[in-house]
Amino acid sequence: MRVRAQMGMVMALDKCIGCHTCSVTCKQVWTNRPGAEYMWFNDVETKPGVGYPKRWEDQEQWRGGWELDRKGRLRLKGGGRLKKLLSIFSNPDMPAIDDYYEPWTYDYKTLIEAPLSKQDPVARPRSQLTGEEIEIKWGPNWDDNLAGTAGRLEQDPAMEGLQEQVKASYEEAFMFYLPRICEHCLNPSCVASCPSGAMYKREEDGIVLVDQAKCRGWRFCVSGCPYKKVYFNHRTGKAEKCTLCYPRIEAGLPTICSETCVGRIRYLGLVLYDSDRVEAAASVPDEHDLLDAQRDVFCDPEDPEVRAQAARDGIPDDWIEASRRSPVYALAMRYGVALPLHPEYRTLPMVWYVPPLSPIVNTLETDGYEADPDHILPAIDRMRIPVEYLANLLAAGDVEVIRDVLRRLAAMRGHMRKREILAEHDEQLPAGVGLSVTDVEDLYRLLAIGKYEDRYVIPQAHTELASHLMEQQGACGLDFEGGPGNCGMIADPAAAIEKANESFMLVDAAAKGGLGDAARLDAPSEPGDGGQDFNLLQVLHRGPGEQAGSG
Amino acid sequence: MSAGSVLLWVVLPYVAVTIFIVGHVWRYRHDQFGWTSRSTQLLEHRLLAWGSPLFHYGALAAIGGHVLGILIPPAATGAVGIDEDAYHLLAVIGGGIAGAATVVGFLILLYRRATVRRVAVTTSWLDIAAYGLLAFAIGVGTAETLAVQAFGDAFDYRDSVGAWFRSLVTFQPETESITDARLIFQIHAISAWPLYALWPFTRLVHAWSIPLQYIGRPYILYRQRYPAAR
Repeated sequence: MRVRAQMGMVMALDKCIGCHTCSVTCKQVWTNRPGAEYMWFNDVETKPGVGYPKRWEDQEQWRGGWELDRKGRLRLKGGGRLKKLLSIFSNPDMPAIDDYYEPWTYDYKTLIEAPLSKQDPVARPRSQLTGEEIEIKWGPNWDDNLAGTAGRLEQDPAMEGLQEQVKASYEEAFMFYLPRICEHCLNPSCVASCPSGAMYKREEDGIVLVDQAKCRGWRFCVSGCPYKKVYFNHRTGKAEKCTLCYPRIEAGLPTICSETCVGRIRYLGLVLYDSDRVEAAASVPDEHDLLDAQRDVFCDPEDPEVRAQAARDGIPDDWIEASRRSPVYALAMRYGVALPLHPEYRTLPMVWYVPPLSPIVNTLETDGYEADPDHILPAIDRMRIPVEYLANLLAAGDVEVIRDVLRRLAAMRGHMRKREILAEHDEQLPAGVGLSVTDVEDLYRLLAIGKYEDRYVIPQAHTELASHLMEQQGACGLDFEGGPGNCGMIADPAAAIEKANESFMLVDAAAKGGLGDAARLDAPSEPGDGGQDFNLLQVLHRGPGEQAGSG
Repeated sequence: MSAGSVLLWVVLPYVAVTIFIVGHVWRYRHDQFGWTSRSTQLLEHRLLAWGSPLFHYGALAAIGGHVLGILIPPAATGAVGIDEDAYHLLAVIGGGIAGAATVVGFLILLYRRATVRRVAVTTSWLDIAAYGLLAFAIGVGTAETLAVQAFGDAFDYRDSVGAWFRSLVTFQPETESITDARLIFQIHAISAWPLYALWPFTRLVHAWSIPLQYIGRPYILYRQRYPAAR
């Protein structure tokens, strides 16, 4: 047993109003740069819909994530190491820019410099790839609010198997929003797919990052991630991804997407887990067992033995305490209302979702039902959002898992309504879904009240444990040309990380003292004296293609 | 040895190789962020799917052929039982296939870079210089393989160009063997040096990053932010 801490997120989809504030603030902070225009580390998709990039959920097409081989062993769906090296000159599973969308800006100069005329000047769209005028045919959220989905609904991979009951007509259509960031998986297939070893999971908080100095642009992380949340910067030639705003997380602050969320749908907190059991959990034969397998990997922070082991494994005391107050652990484990997105990809994702309930309750109430678990069960298949659809998204197709969660949420609502409106006290409702009255009322406070300090329980990183803090000052700027903010450098990457190991995971190179000072992630690059480093291609890239407007 | 031939056949190679080595060390130490294949697959993939593997596999095979033909002395291949006729057959057929793949792939990639606007705008002057030098070296090399080796009177470059090259490698440079070689072989030999000199400053550096270590590596990598804590 080896206990690690993971910063996880839960999003309560009931509360998402689809305003895209998270996407916009994320973009302003992280991807508002040349080469990153098309990247949305955070995006909000309308479900049902084809998503971004198009049909990203169809792993028969994109071949991301893991699968089991004939002997039941875990392997990358995109192919093993040899196959990757042989197809390195042209990655067969890589999405094209048009699968995302062609990024554009507007010719704003026209607005300012147009001469006086009767008509208002128009700013025409210009491609940010070529600088030429383009006709916009697709965008990052083209099917927002089911716009134009009539002919496209069947292209949503999660619609498989429930065509008949899905109506695209206005009266009977259903939709909800799915905000997506990197899942910071326990078993990240992007990390496993990177031939250069440039991607890694941080031991302290589980955040998955790309080492910009080590990335060589082989592109297999992009195709290896089943969520398509690793992107290729076409200007720098390097991969980039959601960083879980680690500079903020280290300071004890929530991510930008969480901080600015209007609906307050996001929760951030630590989950303790046993990293020795990750591979076994990802390898269970039946996809329907993956949820329970992942739950089994999590450790109960209330268990004194777990806390003792966590301390032995180097997790600071205040982090262990923070894990006891974690809203993520509470929603996923204590109350069992949060579910992982597409567990069947076998990456053990760590951004979980509370499935949306509102449309269901509304439908039922107009039908004369009260949100009572005893009554909701027979009616569950008449709900506005088909449980089958939610099951395809959040439970590898297992509708019973969705029914169970929806019953818990309905029980919470029923209980609180009786208490607040009818002034009744009924212990049957919570008991019927396996929760105590205290549980249900705590869940209500967490979901409906959602105090800032309850939603975000983020212990600060222990910077005092790092040496040479002075050296780090100014060594990690976020705004150098082409830089994604993740400028972690490693002095001798090969020696530090490439300690080949028989095991599936390289878990303890650092613990054995293999990393040492030379490998400290944000230490200034040893030979270059830090500030002297520069990017030759960027400096000399003043070629014929350098057109004004995209630079 | 005239001064001119020393300049051309001794000084130029050593200067180029010095720039090649020092340039790479310097670039590796100071420009890790710029060290990348700078792939444009995201922007265009249909032409790339044909051109890139053809070019890269062809070029790798051609490089292997050059090692065999130039670096290894005829005596060594003879000692393992490959006589001159067998070698020539191997070189013409193998080299012909590798050369054809390289040329076709390279032409596809050039066409792609010139005509696909999205790719064209990413092209820097350095890229153009590298493509120009590559095109020249590949063009001359293919021409001599076809015109002389396959369909001509088959010039024995191993005892001329090869001998000269091995004299450079062993730091006992001489120029007689190369100045006696056919002109087209001399041109091909010269064409390599500017390419080597430019190499470390272009995206060709990705050639040294073929990630063979991936084969023996564990899948999931962890890194510690604060190793001092443990």
